[in-house]
Amino acid sequence: MNAEATPSSFLLPAASLWRREILRFVRARSRVIGALATPFVFWILIGSGLRDSFRIPGATASVNYLEYALPGTMVLIVLFTAVFATISVIEDRKAGFLQAVIASPVRRSAIAMGKIFGCSTLATAQALIFLLLAPLLGIPLSATATLLSAGVLLLVSVGLSALGLLGAWYMDSTQGFHAIMNLVLFPLWLLSGAFFPPSGAASWIGWIMSVNPMTYGVAALRHAMYPDGRDWGPGVPSFGLSIVITILFAVAMTALATNAVKRRE
Amino acid sequence: MVVCEQVVADHREPKPRACRADIVTVRGLTHRYAENLALSDVDLAVEEASLFALLGPNGCGKTTLFKILTTMLRPTAGGATVAGVDVVTQRAAVRRRIGIVFQHPSLDDKLTVRENLVHQGNLYGLFGKPLATRIDELLSRFGVASRTNDFVEKLSGGLKRRVELAKSLLHRPGVLILDEPSTGLDPGARLELIAQLRELRDSDGVTCLMTTHLMDEADRCDCVGLMDRGRLVALDTPSALKATIGGDVLTVDTLDPRALAADITFRLAAVAEAVDGAVRIECSRGHEFLPTLIEMFPGRIQSVKIGKPTLEDVFLHATGHSLAGTTQPEAEVN
Repeated sequence: MNAEATPSSFLLPAASLWRREILRFVRARSRVIGALATPFVFWILIGSGLRDSFRIPGATASVNYLEYALPGTMVLIVLFTAVFATISVIEDRKAGFLQAVIASPVRRSAIAMGKIFGCSTLATAQALIFLLLAPLLGIPLSATATLLSAGVLLLVSVGLSALGLLGAWYMDSTQGFHAIMNLVLFPLWLLSGAFFPPSGAASWIGWIMSVNPMTYGVAALRHAMYPDGRDWGPGVPSFGLSIVITILFAVAMTALATNAVKRRE
Repeated sequence: MVVCEQVVADHREPKPRACRADIVTVRGLTHRYAENLALSDVDLAVEEASLFALLGPNGCGKTTLFKILTTMLRPTAGGATVAGVDVVTQRAAVRRRIGIVFQHPSLDDKLTVRENLVHQGNLYGLFGKPLATRIDELLSRFGVASRTNDFVEKLSGGLKRRVELAKSLLHRPGVLILDEPSTGLDPGARLELIAQLRELRDSDGVTCLMTTHLMDEADRCDCVGLMDRGRLVALDTPSALKATIGGDVLTVDTLDPRALAADITFRLAAVAEAVDGAVRIECSRGHEFLPTLIEMFPGRIQSVKIGKPTLEDVFLHATGHSLAGTTQPEAEVN
């Protein structure tokens, strides 16, 4: 395939596929509402319910649970949007759209990148909208914090979109995708420190949390939102380590997804 | 982006009819899906700037051949070239040179006609003003210019097919490969499609290769390959194929086709076969044969149809069963 590959067989098609992903999403209002409203309701209900009964074991300052759960809720938005946006690849295959893309001279990596970056753009944008609500609820947010958070959210989205594409590429039904993804995603999110801190959990849970790549995504976002530092209790990985693991996760998932697109036509 | 121009310029010049070369060649092509032999040692050649139909019932292997020629499937054995390029070893080059029309339109319903075409152009390295001009040109050519900004989901099946055709021609391919392009079209739209393909052949020198299970559609092409159970059983122009039968074809409706066929063969020394609940007789002088037939079997004949041979007759003659044949299992799986 590489003999005739040209610059225009990667960037232009990838950008075109990316653009299509965005167009389809903004035209489907229910998807926008669902992806934003579900985590919001979840956050308000759980956060308010646990507001005063929550205390991070080992932390010096006390943290309001609404505040504790905010970064995790944003990762949840990213997770929902990114992974379920990749379902579209199953519909694209069924509706016939994908066959023309596959039969074109476009590089396979461009097909994967268009999808992954399309879905991660959507996910990042949705999570950012949510982040902008934070100051309204008394959570301070500087320009640095916003930029850093956007960067972290994009990294997390890329990894999750690629994971979604990897799963969806081989599947022929959206029902199957939902079943498998719920099985993988919910524990991934629950054990990421988004919902409860590692310091108060049973030791085996703590061990799982330390090998869960999402733990580092949530931690990176906690650090990014508070560039001046904030005590999240013991067991939350450092900013540097979190960023490195999050990047590694994104790169590894993208490589796997691209490889999947190359292997099955 | 000089590269794009090169792609566009390739294989456009229509050659004079007298010295046309083969633009698609297939040699010893064989394909197996696990236990199923979908294609068995197929050889064929398609002349440049012609309309070629692969005619056969479902499961005859024509879709497998379509997939191999469009580089979507690697054959088990044998090979093929399209526009001088090998479909197995030079897939990217083949893809630049062909336009594909799929059985089920590959348009995105949630995008407008123009958005769909811009996207397709981008996939082939086209963009900006040249692409916009090309889109306008093709849409007006196929009479869908007024629907440019409509969402595809609002279009009828016939209009979708026209947009799909425009989509496949954006990068000016020399060869157009169509898989059952008339699926979902009413008879009027089917005729229109063939007319559009002829027009492409004549004005742009585009070679069209299509699969079909409809005899009247194949009849309107320049050359027809009849396929059955993975084999190419006949290959020629429709008139030459029909001439191999010669004379007339009589179709006799009767309550017991088997017995009647046997009796006709025995008493009239004619070739009579029981096919699809009727008796089919090929004879050189039908008008003379007909009165004899009716007088000889009073009460056993319900109706008789006399006609010139069709491609259906050619297919029957070559395979012993009809085009609608349901005797074989579906051999084409994805």
